[in-house]
This record gives sequence, C-alpha cells and structure tokens, in this order.
Amino acid sequence: MTVGARSILGDRSLVRDVAALGLAVFAVSISFGAIAVAAGIPAGLTILMSLVVFAGGSQFLAVGLIAAGNPFAAIFAGLLLNARHLPFGLAIGEVIGTRWWQRLVGAHLLIDESVAFALAQPDPVRRRLAYWATGCTLFVLWNIGASLGVLLGNVGDPARLGLDAAFPAGLIALLLPTLRDPTVRLVALTGALVALVTTPILPAGLPVLLALTGLLMVALPRRTGPEAAS
Amino acid sequence: MILAVIVGLAIGTYAFRLAGVVLRERVALPERVQVLLPMAAAALLAALAATATFYDSGVFAGVARPAGVAVGALLAWRRAPFVLVVVAAAATAALLRLAGLD
Repeated sequence: MTVGARSILGDRSLVRDVAALGLAVFAVSISFGAIAVAAGIPAGLTILMSLVVFAGGSQFLAVGLIAAGNPFAAIFAGLLLNARHLPFGLAIGEVIGTRWWQRLVGAHLLIDESVAFALAQPDPVRRRLAYWATGCTLFVLWNIGASLGVLLGNVGDPARLGLDAAFPAGLIALLLPTLRDPTVRLVALTGALVALVTTPILPAGLPVLLALTGLLMVALPRRTGPEAAS
Repeated sequence: MILAVIVGLAIGTYAFRLAGVVLRERVALPERVQVLLPMAAAALLAALAATATFYDSGVFAGVARPAGVAVGALLAWRRAPFVLVVVAAAATAALLRLAGLD
C-alpha cells in the first residue's frame, strides 16, 4: 500500500483533478447537512446517513421524502436511484482489487466519480489508483462537508457558485477519451438520449438505468451487419 | 423511524455495490458480455451527465446550468485541463445567474 500511496501522490495531475471535483462535491455536502437539519433530521443521524449511505442523490431524495412524512418511499426511491451501482460494480469489479478486504471496503467507495475517474485511465494500475484515490478523497470530503453543514446551517445555495454545473461538466471531461471509440460513443449517446427523454415521465433512477438499452445498438447491428456489408 | 430509513437505505445501497463487485468475480461471463461491461458503465455515466445537465429533481434546470456545462464540454473537447473544465463550467453558470439568467 505504501507503494500505492506514493504513486498516487506522485501522480500530480490525478491529485489535482480529483481535488477540483472534490471541492464541488464538498460544497454540495455542506448544503446537504444544512438542508437535512432544516428538514428536521437530527444532527447525529444526518452525519450517520452521509457515512453509511454515501450516495448524494439518494440522500437528498430521502431527506425530502422523510420531511414529507413518507419514510417507506424514502427507502424505495433511494434504492431505485442507487440500483445503478450494481452494473457499475460489474463493470469495474476487477479494478477494485482481489483481496476480500479490498472488495468490502472498495465497494462502499463505489460512486459515480470513482467509476468515471477509473474508466478514464489508460492502464489497470492507474485505474486502481484513480478508483481508490477518488473514492477515499470524496468519502472524507463528503462527510466533513455534511458535518460542517449540520454545524453551520444554511451558508448559501451551491448553485449560486454554479457548482451544479461542475459535476456534469467533470463527468463529460472524464468520459470524452472513452467516447473516441465509435461503438462506445453510439452506445453512450443512445443511452443518454433515452434517459433524457424518459426523465420527465419516470421516477428518479429508472431513466439512468434505461440508458443500458444503449447496448442494443451493439447487439442489433451485429446480426444484420454481414447483410448490410454485402 | 428516521434511523430505520437510514439503515434500510444504507444496507440496500451497500448490497447493490457489493453484489456487482462480487458477481464480477464469481460468475464466469462469456467474452461477448465482458466486452459490453465498460460500455454499460459509459452509458450510465453519460446518462447521469445528461440528466444532471438538463434536469433538477425531474424538472428542467433552467438555462444557466446547461450553458455552463456546454462551456465545460467545449473546453474538454479542445483538451483543456480538467480543472479548467470544471471551473469554467461553474463560473459560466454563476455569472449567468448573477446577470439574472437562470
């Protein structure tokens, strides 16, 4: 692990990039802590939720539904939103490591950002470094931020700083190298389009899962391919 | 009651995370399916980026956020450093809102 830690610190561009997205995440987590307490969630439980759930979207959703007096919906809606972690784990299970403790700890660090940073790397060693560096950094920042939000209360909307634009822009930047492959680009853009069209009519979480239908673009043309070529 | 919601959500979320990671190891997937897995992740991430750009809790997010993301995406496409992409996206959205455009 010391070798791993040294390589992470030696990779200054990775540290800088993770820190940039980490600061945006940090600001969002402060607002999470503040909003949760304002919604009537006790301070200790707000921090506990950030520690054990560690999935921003579902935390905001659950707080809203608890405040609305609908605790069962909070669990179901939150889990629907987090179901995408299963295909993420399938896709990058090898990246995390093979020892049992690596899987147990690494699984909790599985978030959109750690997957995106890992997939953006060119080789297996760097993918593993990027995954752990991103997961650990964001876990620490997310929970310090939530605790600060609980203590400070509402310090302002992160949207006023434009931080809501930082997450999608960062994801796009991390995805672009992968999208140079025409097949991946077709699958990903089809999936994104399906999610965009279905978001207004489906419960949160399902549209993103439906993006997996983009894979049909690879499965279907292969069958008709030879005829089309001749 | 709140504690029960947190515990339920935490256990379920961790189960999703661990299931994918362990299944990858335990289940022998055919070569054809293995090739598809990174593409599946790319499709999910692209969908997350797209919906987070245009929607806020299921309704249109306004013009400032998509404009900021567009500036960031353009910079990323021109191979600008990652930090610049993130900062420019946020600054564009913030300035548009300051100007009264949301």
